[in-house]
This record gives sequence, structure tokens and C-alpha cells, in this order.
Amino acid sequence: MTQLKSTMAGTVFTVNVAVGEEVAAGQVVIVLESMKMEIPVEAEIAGKVTAINVNVGDFVNENDVLVTLGE
Amino acid sequence: MKKILIANRGEIASRIIHTCKRLGIETIAVHSEADEHMPFVTEADAAFLIGPPPVQQSYLKGEEILEIALREGADGIHPGYGLLSENAEFASRVSEAGLKFIGPDALTITEMGDKVGSRSTMKAASVPVVPGTDDGVESLEDAIRVAKTIGYPIMLKASAGGGGVGMVRCESEQALSQQFDSVKSRAKMYFGNDLVFIEKYITNARHIEVQIFGDDAGNIVHLFERNCSVQRRNQKVIEESPSPNLSAETKNRLYQAAIDAAKAVNYKNAGTVEFIVDENDEIYFLEMNTRLQVEHPVTEEVTGYDLVEWQIEVARGNELPVKNQDDIQLNGHALEFRVYAEDPKTFMPSPGTITKLKLQSDIDGIRIDNGYAENGKVTPFYDPLISKVIVHGNTRDEAIEKSKRFFEQVEIEGLKTNISLFTEVLNEESFKDGTYTTAILTDWSKK
Repeated sequence: MTQLKSTMAGTVFTVNVAVGEEVAAGQVVIVLESMKMEIPVEAEIAGKVTAINVNVGDFVNENDVLVTLGE
Repeated sequence: MKKILIANRGEIASRIIHTCKRLGIETIAVHSEADEHMPFVTEADAAFLIGPPPVQQSYLKGEEILEIALREGADGIHPGYGLLSENAEFASRVSEAGLKFIGPDALTITEMGDKVGSRSTMKAASVPVVPGTDDGVESLEDAIRVAKTIGYPIMLKASAGGGGVGMVRCESEQALSQQFDSVKSRAKMYFGNDLVFIEKYITNARHIEVQIFGDDAGNIVHLFERNCSVQRRNQKVIEESPSPNLSAETKNRLYQAAIDAAKAVNYKNAGTVEFIVDENDEIYFLEMNTRLQVEHPVTEEVTGYDLVEWQIEVARGNELPVKNQDDIQLNGHALEFRVYAEDPKTFMPSPGTITKLKLQSDIDGIRIDNGYAENGKVTPFYDPLISKVIVHGNTRDEAIEKSKRFFEQVEIEGLKTNISLFTEVLNEESFKDGTYTTAILTDWSKK
């Protein structure tokens, strides 16, 4: 199980995946918006999305868990 | 006007307050919870909390801001730049309420905010525009067909966009196919309008803009040009006036086109006409910004005028302080550096607490438009601009020399800033000889 965390505080701009979806390593799963720029969050490894912890518009802090990937 | 509410934050709010104080005008600040301890809040004569940190819940709440202005007896609202400054609905609500919106008419904001429409207006006024579509492109097929006739690379842009947001450069049909839907949906999300259009991407270009000013009596003047080609993510980092490496003949064409553009919309108050200048000195209208620009201080330093004072005079219904074009003269050279809380190499934002902020020096001709105090917090909710450093010299070389010396003395600690980038750019050959293009930072970061 891998948790994808926010690299910095910001607002969730888009959620590009759904629970159950298979993602490839390097795929952008979430885009955050912070300080007038979009910050893509990529899957570090390939896997299946088991949980999405945020919604579009949510404010997240650095290190908040955004998405969980499973086998 | 005796009392002005400033619907903005940071350095621009402080900068507007300073002019108001000099003119004997009372000021009202509005602020979010995150900005409670910012200098502009204490500098204003009165300050009111408007909401939580996100701009949608604070600085963009036009109705609440207008209510405070009415309740507190303000007779004008200065919107600064960004936020509500180019919101036509807000501008007309302010006027309807009997207050002065310190900026152009709501109709002009609407006309120039629609990039597709403004291109047509400018074409009709014989102002050269970047080759591109006269209307928006409806579908990907449409976009591909148009791009073929224009030739790659192209820029795919949101009609309602601006400030470097909502645009993507496409090198090929494949890139255009990949980007089309996302630019459209971003346009919808950011600007509430998914109309997109295509422009030719002009390579080896310079971004040159002309400051213009108009009044109710129909006077329109320009205050020369600014070169804003040092950009990252289509957002400016260093600006200068006058522009190096531009012939007097090209400058005159730019001034004339800017005046024509302003006349075409009966422009009132401060505005900026942005142009792209290609390697053959052909000029193309890009967009018109219906507000005070971030980089307006370089124009103030070379002309000697206070543009916020001019804005207030025009909003009062007075004529321009100087309405004869020949009376507006250039003196020396000015550079502006935008000090951002960001990584100087990746340009990623770096919020945090400013534990040390030393921007003073013994060098003359340096102006600091500062937004933060020592121990101030740069929060992730807003643009990462900390301060603007404006350096004036008798010549461009002198201004560059002073800038180098200044940045050796500056100390900002607690977060990352882009100050080291300034020194690098100041030593770049293409910057020194003034031939740099909008590619300067991209080329530099590849090194």
C-alpha cells in the first residue's frame, strides 16, 4: 500500500482518478493549486486506487494523504 | 474623494495607501484571516476582516467589500491588480452604489476581458494582432484545421483568461490533441467560460507593453514602454523601462498602436496594451490589461509621475495631470525585480515565515514596494510575491550595476526566494546586451 501525499499546502484543483482505477507510475492523479500555480501529484508506483481522501476544492496541508494505492 | 477602500492585499495595498496618505485621503483596508498581521492592515486608517484565507471567501467577496465601503463612508474603491480589478460586475456594482471604481468603465473591462472580442476590436481599429482565429474554436477538429493554416507552434488560449493563466503552447498536432480538452476545462474552472482560441506562437519574441492613460474629457496619452520578457510560466519576473534593443521607429509604432487601441474603446484611467515584438520588429497586439500593472513602478521611476495619483485624479472626474504628450519625458532607466517566495531554479512556491528581511541599502535610486514585515508569514493562499525592488539609474548600465550591488546586500531568511536568479540574469550576455527574449529563463534553467 502506498500513500500519495501533498507536497505543499494548497487547494485540490482536479481529481483525475476514481477508486478501483489502475494507474501507471508517473501518472498524474491529482492536481493541486497553490499560489497561482498548478502542482501535479503523480503516482510514484503503478497500482490500483483503493481510496481517495479529498474532494475538489478541499484545502490540504503539506503531507496530507490524498490518495491510497494498493496492489 | 476623501476616503478610499482598498480591495486588495500585500505590497499593492501598501503602495496605494502611501499615495493616499500623501494626498490626505483616508484609507480602509479589508483583509482575510491569514493577512491579519500584514503591514497594509496596520498602515490603513481602518481595517476590517472579511473572511477566511481562500480568496473566494475573502478578497473576491465583492458584495461584502462594497457593504463595508458604504457603511464606513468611503467614496471610492481601488481594486489594485488581480482579484476584483478586472471584474466588470464588481465595477458596475460599485458605480451603481454611488461610489467611484478607480479604474476604467465596466464596459471597457468586459470588452477587453474577452480576448476573442478584443482581437476583433483591435483589428477593426487597424491595430496589428497576432495571427490567429477571429472567433473561438469549437471542437478539436476545428482547432486542428485552423492550426494547420496558421502553422505550428501555436498558443491555445482561454478567451476569458489572462495574467499568464489558461494558455498552453502546442508544438504539433499531437500536442494540440492532448491539450485541447484540458485547456477548455481549465478555462471553465478558472474563468467560468470555456471558449478557447488559437494564436500563432511567435518565436524569439519580446514582450513589450505600453502604459496608457485616459480621462473623461477624452484625453489619451502614453507613458512609454516596458520590456517584460523575463518570464516564468508566462508570468513576469523582471521588467524594465525603456526597452533596450528597440529602434525609435519601432517604439513610435508601438506608442501609436497603443493610443489607437485606447481610443478604440474610449479608454479611461490606467491601462496597459501588451504587444509581442518579433525578431524583425513586427509588432502584434496581445491583450489589454484594464488596471494598474504590477510593474507600473518602472514607468513611475522614469517619468516621475505617481500613477496611483493619476488614477485617483481621473476617477474624481478631473483631466489627466499632464495631457500634452510632448510634456511627458523619459529620465534615465529603471529595472524592477519581483522578489518571490519560490525556488530560484524550479520556480516552485516556497511558503513560510520570513525570519529575516533586510531590504535596505546605502545605494541611491532604489525603491522598495514591500508587502511583508520581518516574521511575516507567506501563506499558500496567494501569489508568492514578497516585494518589488525598483532600481533607477541615469543609464541602463548604471541601473544594472546598482542592482548587482543591491542584491549582494539583501538578506531574506526563513524561506526560499528567487534573489539568486536576479544575479544570474544580470550576468547573462543576452540580458546585458538587451537582446533577450521571452525564452531567457527557460533557456537558463536548461543549463
